Amino acid sequence: MLETLTTFLFGRLSLESFPYHEPIVVATFFAVVLGGIALVAALSYFKLWGYLWTEWFTTVDHKRIGIMYMVLGLIMLLRGFADAIMMRAQQAIAFNGSEGYLNSHHFDQVFTAHGVIMIFFVAMPLVTGLMNYVVPLQIGARDVSFPFLNNFSFWMTVGGAVLIMASLFVGEFARTGWLAYPPLSGLEASPDVGVDYYIWALQVAGVGTTLSGINLICTIVKMRAPGMTMMKMPVFTWTSLCTNVLIVASFPILTAVLVLLSLDRYVGTHFFTNDMGGNPMMYVNLIWIWGHPEVYILILPCFGIFSEVTSTFTGKKLFGYTSMVYATVVITILSYLVWLHHFFTMGSGASVNSFFGITTMIISIPTGAKIFNWLFTMYRGRIRFELPMMWTIAFMLTFVIGGMTGVLLAVPPADFVLHNSLFLIAHFHNVIIGGVLFGLFAGIYYWWPKAFGFRLDPFWGKMSFWFWVIGFYFAFMPLYVLGLMGVTRRLRVFEDPSLQIWFQIAAFGAVLIALGIGSFLIQIAVSVLKRNQLVDVTGDPWDGRTLEWATSSPPPGYNFAFTPVIHDNDAWWDMKKRGYNRPLEGFRPIHMPSNTGTGVILAGISTVLGFALVWHIWWLAAVSFIGLLAVAINHTFNYNRDFHIPVDEVVRTENERTRLLSGQV
Amino acid sequence: MSRYRAIALLPVMAALSGCNLVVLNPAGDVASQQGDLVVISTLLMLLIIVPVMALTVLFAWRYRQSNNTARYEPDWDHSTQLELVIWAAPLLIIICLGAITWVTTHKLDPYRPLDRIAADKPVPAGAKPLDVQVVALDWKWLFVYPEYGIASVNEMAAPVDRPIRFSITASSVMNSFYVPALAGMIYAMPGMETKLHAVINEPGTYKGFSSNYSGAGFSHMRFNFLGLSNENFDGWVSKVKSANGSLDRNAYLALEKPSEAVPVQHYGSVDPKLFNAVVNMCVRPGTMCMSDMAAIDRAGGLNAGGKAAADAILRANTLAGFPDTQPTGLCTVAEAVEAAANSGAVQRPTVTPISASASPAGPQRLANP
Repeated sequence: MLETLTTFLFGRLSLESFPYHEPIVVATFFAVVLGGIALVAALSYFKLWGYLWTEWFTTVDHKRIGIMYMVLGLIMLLRGFADAIMMRAQQAIAFNGSEGYLNSHHFDQVFTAHGVIMIFFVAMPLVTGLMNYVVPLQIGARDVSFPFLNNFSFWMTVGGAVLIMASLFVGEFARTGWLAYPPLSGLEASPDVGVDYYIWALQVAGVGTTLSGINLICTIVKMRAPGMTMMKMPVFTWTSLCTNVLIVASFPILTAVLVLLSLDRYVGTHFFTNDMGGNPMMYVNLIWIWGHPEVYILILPCFGIFSEVTSTFTGKKLFGYTSMVYATVVITILSYLVWLHHFFTMGSGASVNSFFGITTMIISIPTGAKIFNWLFTMYRGRIRFELPMMWTIAFMLTFVIGGMTGVLLAVPPADFVLHNSLFLIAHFHNVIIGGVLFGLFAGIYYWWPKAFGFRLDPFWGKMSFWFWVIGFYFAFMPLYVLGLMGVTRRLRVFEDPSLQIWFQIAAFGAVLIALGIGSFLIQIAVSVLKRNQLVDVTGDPWDGRTLEWATSSPPPGYNFAFTPVIHDNDAWWDMKKRGYNRPLEGFRPIHMPSNTGTGVILAGISTVLGFALVWHIWWLAAVSFIGLLAVAINHTFNYNRDFHIPVDEVVRTENERTRLLSGQV
Repeated sequence: MSRYRAIALLPVMAALSGCNLVVLNPAGDVASQQGDLVVISTLLMLLIIVPVMALTVLFAWRYRQSNNTARYEPDWDHSTQLELVIWAAPLLIIICLGAITWVTTHKLDPYRPLDRIAADKPVPAGAKPLDVQVVALDWKWLFVYPEYGIASVNEMAAPVDRPIRFSITASSVMNSFYVPALAGMIYAMPGMETKLHAVINEPGTYKGFSSNYSGAGFSHMRFNFLGLSNENFDGWVSKVKSANGSLDRNAYLALEKPSEAVPVQHYGSVDPKLFNAVVNMCVRPGTMCMSDMAAIDRAGGLNAGGKAAADAILRANTLAGFPDTQPTGLCTVAEAVEAAANSGAVQRPTVTPISASASPAGPQRLANP
């Protein structure tokens, strides 16, 4: 009786679900609890809850949502990196009969969580955050097309992150690798909650990603300032457009394939089972039809960042704007024609393998053209080696190595000896760190003064840069060597003692990267403390070229008092050159969207729904699903959606900027 | 900036100076062609990568802000000739690499029987390849030698210079069969059969393992691949033959249960139909083979001609459903139909059993076609 009741109330959840027997997890738990208590206490002491709720959590301002995405990405980076350093430590010591310090139950969760978190909850939020912040400013818009949807998308991403973090302390995470191939992720091989956490975390966050993709496409297509034709859009906006097209076209596939997997797990269908007509290879196909565009979703905006940074810091127009745009579009299309290269070794025929190998190589042509375009933008320029430019140069030197090993892996017979090896791991970290992450850092340093009105401290920035770059080479070049020595990925213990030195070098590299991350955090703290010395009142600290630099830093809620008219793809550069005078009168009230808490509430309920489904707490799932519908329907009756910023306030804001600008001169 | 490159090259130089890069220096002809391809492709790409890296460093240095002597042309943003070059140069490299890819992918297709055993040695006429059936189990490897009627766990042997034909499957989850010194990997997947053709050219003991994560015992899923001279291989075969273990279906079902770091085991005899039953997932008595299920579906499912086949198979399996006997001999459509005919089925269904070589390439998926 009691048992029936507890099962009804808590589903699969019981005291045994809490990993109190894992000392590492318990210690982490207490650290998180202490940190959490300190944070809550500090927020309460300084009476910040109201401020956070009204100004940030419920905001529909694309700039604040962008910043919140960045905060989410950086917090999750710490978690994902903690997983990375645990793996490097385990692999550096598990030799000569030693089992290391992680059992397989823990280690297998660690590498799965590392991959999932780094892709879905670090790279995606950081990329989305930058696009959210920058794109409306670059096209001269006041917000995105659907501001409430934007807030909702963000909180759904947070909901996914919360579920994945919950799996650390309540139950366990998947032990399947980051793409959860069946049959390993099926009910028979993984009956516990790990894969369910994986499914629902990605489903909840996936809703946010897809909607945010739709939102940004609409914004770019419909909300450009007058005069900004497609071929006058800044390159970052172009790459963002292509990325969001990729998101909208590919994330539904991920959603669908995870729905099929959850049907297998929850209602006993046989889409991906071994028997009864199921076919696990179908999952592999489908997940990579999403998965390959996903890597371009991450890298394309970073290509855009490098384009903006290169042309700004060389003081030169971007070389080959048109070919840059076409290269981006070609990459977007080709990224759908290459997915099979992720499983050449599953026994496709030679012709199929050759086809996908060659399409993959073809992608390197537009990518190569891009590299040359940046190179010739530098040619006959005046290069200022500020931090964003340093990251760009580091990218160009690092990324070509990753690109080369990528093309190498696209040759099927070469892939047969390197697939799933540490060579592959080295390759994709080479492009994801050397491309995406370096790009994100370039973007963060580049746009930080726009977002906050002061620059980041260069000394700690350079420390972070050198630790990251050198750390990267130490951490991943040994993995190329290990791959050529035939060492495969995801191994927990090793037999051959001659491998150990390479793992130790890699672990040393990881420590350097840890110092890089530490320096970055110190840099932010130091810069906030020294913000008066690092202040920029012009709104244009780098002598920028695109529209975001035309407004103040940080921009007012309405971005632009008057919508600018565009005549050139370097719109702001063109305005400066033609002696642009900022209008000082004639202001009008500005129509803006109102804040709403519905996004937070909907995402909160979705997270509870996900949790209930993970643990089979059916009553809670039903209640939260009904709640979700009720809140969503109720929101349609909210007519308090917009307001006008009174003209007095616009005048006050603009006069303040006038005062600051003249004080500068 | 050149510091980057020095650092980048360090591990490469150290590596060249003496660790065992088995992928580039393997002992089997297939792997060595694949390893050569790695080197050739890399060199081909370095033709463009090295100039790009050099130009990056050069331009970054030459056009630094403090260098007032360098030309500065802020509005120069287009040159048709340059654009042609920067699209054409990578294109040319990719055309070369694409051609190499097409040719080598077909030549080194793991499904293609070997036509040579070394660079200068074609396969002797009439040479019969050594058949090895591989099953990836949780978490160990089973090797069956149908020619000799023997089986071995976590150890396999092959005579030097004799082509080997692997048939590969798995019991529960995906693995990948990989002996770096011998040939590239190929996935081992439950309910499917993949193929690999390879040859070992130098005697020695080589590492084999699973190269696709498959669960808790994955790290210990290793075996030794013994490349042996003909005499030594015969010795190995007779050693295995003399082992008393017999790998029948019950022994297999016991072996199939998850276990880690399993020591080498030998079986002096083996059920000749075992591998086929593993692929069709009908080792356990009373389970329908996937090939049968596929045959029923192919005949139109339970509504059409397949009904009779299904009834026949089900009846046959029921008739034979004694746990102590071995009903698996009844596991093919033909036999089931026969059994059904004997027990008075109305008509013989017009289905034919699927032969093991139904599709020329690709993992054979014996389910709904």
